[in-house]
Amino acid sequence: MTLVNEPIKRAEVKAKYCRFKKNGIKYIDYKDPDFLLKFINEQGKILPRRLTGTSWKFQKKVSQAVKRARHIALLPYVADSLK
Amino acid sequence: MKNYETVFILNPVLSDDQMKDTVEKFVKVLKKGKADVINVEQWGLRKMAYPVQHKSTGFYNLIEFSASPELVNTLETEYRRDESVMRFLTTVLDKHAVVYNERRRKGEFNKGKADANRKRKTEEEPA
Repeated sequence: MTLVNEPIKRAEVKAKYCRFKKNGIKYIDYKDPDFLLKFINEQGKILPRRLTGTSWKFQKKVSQAVKRARHIALLPYVADSLK
Repeated sequence: MKNYETVFILNPVLSDDQMKDTVEKFVKVLKKGKADVINVEQWGLRKMAYPVQHKSTGFYNLIEFSASPELVNTLETEYRRDESVMRFLTTVLDKHAVVYNERRRKGEFNKGKADANRKRKTEEEPA
């Protein structure tokens, strides 16, 4: 058990990619809470791009969809243990 | 004629036929405004993520239609007038959304399975 931070193994760190561009998804549906759950954390907050790796164009669409889903009560504004 | 989609939540206290009448009323408002209603869906009673007007369940409805932009205001004043509507959301649909809705209606996403990817769809098409 070494207290020194282990070096990051560059090989293992795989590059992040935008899952929307890769899968060719063009529209993010705000009516589908299960899909949107992937983009919010346990407290119901929207995950930042640096974690999900989505491109800015689709991050805006995701946040728009999540906010709409929250408005029609499909997603909570604040949650304690969502997943 | 732009494409719109509206989701509204009705008070669960209403009886079944009252709910049908209110949905019918909104469809009539659209038809009177010369909109063509593409799809009316009723998700039925659903548990809501947070209580709205002290109620934790709501009767969800979806109407997909295409209409002239002025009609949306009349539709929304109609929603505001009717107190059995707890919450509503009208959104404009761009071309990707329209394609998505068609595929959703065809049941391609088998009702709720997420992640519809167009790549898979293009493979299906030529077959």
